[in-house]
Amino acid sequence: MKPFEQHTGIAAPLDRVNVDTDAIIPKQFLRKIERTGFGAHLFHEWRYTDYEGTTENPQFVLNRPEYRLATVLLARDNFGCGSSREHAPWALEDYGFRVIIAPSFADIFYNNCVKNGILLVRLKTAEVDELFAQVQAKPGAKVSANLPDQVVIGPDAKRYSFEINPFAKTCLLKGLDQIGWTQQFNDQIEAYEKKLKKEKPWLA
Amino acid sequence: MPKTMYQKIWDAHLVRQAQGDTAIIYVNLQLVHEVTSPQAFEGLRLAKRTVRCPRKTFATMDHNVSTRTKNIDLFEAMSRLQMETLARNCKEFGITLYDYQDKDQGIVHVIGPEMGITQPGMVIVCGDSHTSTHGAFGALAFGIGTSEVEHVLATQTLQQNIAKTFQINIDGKLGKNITSKDIILYIIGKIGTAGATGYVIEYAGSAIRDLSMEGRMTICNMSIEAGARAGMIAPDEKTFKYLEGRDHAPQGDDWAKAVAYWKTLPSDQGAKFDKVLNIKAEDIKPQVTWGTSPGQVVSVEDNVPDPESFKDPTEKAGAQNALKYMGLKPGTPMESIKIDKAFLGSCTNGRIEDLRAAAEIVKGKKVDSAVQAIVVPGSGRVRRQAEKEGLDKIFTDAGFEWRFAGCSMCLGMNDDQLSKGERCASSSNRNFEGRQGPGGRTHLMSPQMVVAAAISGHIVDIRKFLEERKLS
Repeated sequence: MKPFEQHTGIAAPLDRVNVDTDAIIPKQFLRKIERTGFGAHLFHEWRYTDYEGTTENPQFVLNRPEYRLATVLLARDNFGCGSSREHAPWALEDYGFRVIIAPSFADIFYNNCVKNGILLVRLKTAEVDELFAQVQAKPGAKVSANLPDQVVIGPDAKRYSFEINPFAKTCLLKGLDQIGWTQQFNDQIEAYEKKLKKEKPWLA
Repeated sequence: MPKTMYQKIWDAHLVRQAQGDTAIIYVNLQLVHEVTSPQAFEGLRLAKRTVRCPRKTFATMDHNVSTRTKNIDLFEAMSRLQMETLARNCKEFGITLYDYQDKDQGIVHVIGPEMGITQPGMVIVCGDSHTSTHGAFGALAFGIGTSEVEHVLATQTLQQNIAKTFQINIDGKLGKNITSKDIILYIIGKIGTAGATGYVIEYAGSAIRDLSMEGRMTICNMSIEAGARAGMIAPDEKTFKYLEGRDHAPQGDDWAKAVAYWKTLPSDQGAKFDKVLNIKAEDIKPQVTWGTSPGQVVSVEDNVPDPESFKDPTEKAGAQNALKYMGLKPGTPMESIKIDKAFLGSCTNGRIEDLRAAAEIVKGKKVDSAVQAIVVPGSGRVRRQAEKEGLDKIFTDAGFEWRFAGCSMCLGMNDDQLSKGERCASSSNRNFEGRQGPGGRTHLMSPQMVVAAAISGHIVDIRKFLEERKLS
């Protein structure tokens, strides 16, 4: 996993609530057995006017010239709800997004993004509104996110601090191999299994 | 101090907790399917890791399988590759697999319980958000992403932060022909699709106690549609009776020990929940969704709402988008909405009890000539049991198609899909844009309402439908 320290990029405003992972990456693209190549199908049904994905929908925000190179996504409440598919963060990451800012995220999606080096920033609804307004007034404007300082900087240089779970922060900063991290406690897992065998043999 | 059931299960599974670090919890059971696992197994191979407890891992093929044929040569090429990959992975790592040809193959959340793999007090995970289904047994069960699937395969543990608790009490008696599906849709309508984000829900109250295990599974299944990490219901005599004698249930001395332990799981008297909601069962009417999010739901006797009636601007915008996509006008009576397809099945409502209740309504009637209706049993066992009881005959005589087990049109990863603009009465769990097929329009409802709609050609109030038929 790519470590995340800080990032500055063009912010694209996706002005919809409850964007579900079916919308982020539709089912027809889940048949792959690799982790790569999902970016081409990100938001497929909104991004293209045809099933094959040959004709772009010019109305869709990411197809507008100012947002073509966006790497920061502004979103609304409950972003990433629904299916647990990690293909959603794979598609977002492969497309180029490194930071997503919204008032709230779905639980499983949040965990999946941490595992893929994407920083999810929860800000207050009013703060997200401000960022939307600025980016919409000045399309192509850049937004920065600094993880060590836990701060987002808007196009007008206004600073918005955010909270993040300390362990998630460490994982992102170091690009931690989380399986390796857990395996350093193998003796504790073994001790747990021994106890299980004794106390709840039907689960051992 | 009195503890909630969630806290008890959490405490019993803690492997390690240290200041500033995430907790590590032990996983008793991981269920695996073909769509969210290939990259996890590949990750293990690349890092030269192995599966720590193959015995605590079970796999099946459900999302991609055809429900028309068991001949894999007729499956779509990429689906076939995904299934062959799972078969290869299970063989290499020593994992039990119920493949597409196995007589017990089925939807992962249907076969776990029916084989007794799912048990109270367990921590159960699967790369699938509807894993919350298994909470109906008093287990802590939730969906995870593929990286976490890999983590559990390698370590039999998961990094987790403790969730908040949310008790939802449903007391009283449900009306006639009101089902557990109506309860959960009603709850989601009340609290919204993010109403339980960050929480584990415990469903309690007399209406929940009165439900069968199948009914309880339907409720827990859709907890994720309210944003919850998991949903759970305290185990009781019904739970034990359901499990006793099933293939993987504890045997002999272990059975008594296990039951004694399971009886300690329910939340203690006076246990504190972070949030509580009380609902009267009598208030719940048959529910139908009108929009593109499970929270966009009304009673079937109501009309399609006017977006202007929503005070919250984002909800208003959401309703406008939804109505445009669904091709509906505000004020339209829900009961007048015509359908093109009907789908009875899924991990929400593809169990034997669902099929029995639906068949009871279908008996002696015909599917409307304008509707294509399919019945997809949740598993090979459900299909066999239904055939033993003659339910298949009731459905096919009425004009329903009788299919093989799989996830099917709930998400349309196989060829069971809606075409653009087609409208479906569906017993599944998600009405998202494009969920059942690009441009398809989904109305979620109970299995009984689905078959009644198939017969009528439009959405109907199951209560009126039965009343009228009785009189005629």
